[in-house]
Amino acid sequence: MVSPTTTTLETAYDSKIESNVIVTRIDAAMNWVRKNSLWPMPMGLACCAIELMATASARFDISRFGMEVMRFSPRQADVLVVSGTVTYKMALAVKRIWDQMPEPKWCVAMGACASSGGMFRSYAVLQGIDQLIPVDVYISGCPPRPEALIAGLMRLQEKVDTEHALLDQKRSMLA
Amino acid sequence: MAAVDDIKSLQETYAGKVLETVEFRGEQTLRVTLDALHPVLEKCRDELGYAMLLDISAVDHLGEEPRFDVVYELATLDDSKHLRVKVKVAEDALVASAVDLWGAADWHEREVWDLMGVGFAGHPNLQRILMWEGYPYFPLRKDFPLAGLPTDMPDVAFSGVAPMEGGPFVATVGAPNTVLREPRSHATH
Repeated sequence: MVSPTTTTLETAYDSKIESNVIVTRIDAAMNWVRKNSLWPMPMGLACCAIELMATASARFDISRFGMEVMRFSPRQADVLVVSGTVTYKMALAVKRIWDQMPEPKWCVAMGACASSGGMFRSYAVLQGIDQLIPVDVYISGCPPRPEALIAGLMRLQEKVDTEHALLDQKRSMLA
Repeated sequence: MAAVDDIKSLQETYAGKVLETVEFRGEQTLRVTLDALHPVLEKCRDELGYAMLLDISAVDHLGEEPRFDVVYELATLDDSKHLRVKVKVAEDALVASAVDLWGAADWHEREVWDLMGVGFAGHPNLQRILMWEGYPYFPLRKDFPLAGLPTDMPDVAFSGVAPMEGGPFVATVGAPNTVLREPRSHATH
């Protein structure tokens, strides 16, 4: 089969073989599986959590992406969606939840407060959750519209696509 | 009996202890001495019918002596009359707790203790309520910077200094429209 495009494809579909086999790389397959079933751990701290709930509801529906499974136990979740103001009092609890999440895990800082402290430049607010945990996607907005959150999650999906899943797993097993 | 009459009745009962009464736009405020605070509040609740404590708050007059002002907002259950009771408190003095009068006073007094450092005598559990136990400062005092001070209690909490970046960006009071009210607004009309 000759591919009509010039870009390298991750998968190739050979229709000449009877059982219709798809040929791909293990990395691509693992990334595809992971990105289409990112289970969020909603760290809903403030108003952004309402928008997260709205995104999960019928009108905006993140179930289309496989993300409606909000796992409130960090052990069962993939992506920590930090939605809301992180106060210093709450900060170490968020860090503890992040530490309890198993690899592979990602973090989305949803909204201005989680990204950089938001409008609260004060003695009580942590100026961005990235001071404690590594953030993959920052979503701006106060609060971001559900469409913006979905766009951010789609960006996360694109980021997951670029990972070397098998290599990272091999590395962590050998280490 | 309107709130004005309540004030008069309190003034008669506690002649030397009522320092000042203020009436502003229909709101009655009474300023009493610290030792008369609890009896006055008790009389307000029992005889004058102020069954609800709406709020306990504190004001920091840095530079004046006594430094703090503790403000009690009282109201009747049907919201027909409100009364404000103020008392001046020096920096390390204790205020008689109103927890035995109104259960609502519990958390309000804890908040005043946490953020202003005004102690309450007779409070069942005077601990910090918004900041964490062990936080060394009283953040809403006038001599505490808005951006905060760095502290560290390992495994409990830490705090840093927030970058002000030219702020705080506050709206202009009394501007005629929202465009002019914006902080850092460059509009002229």
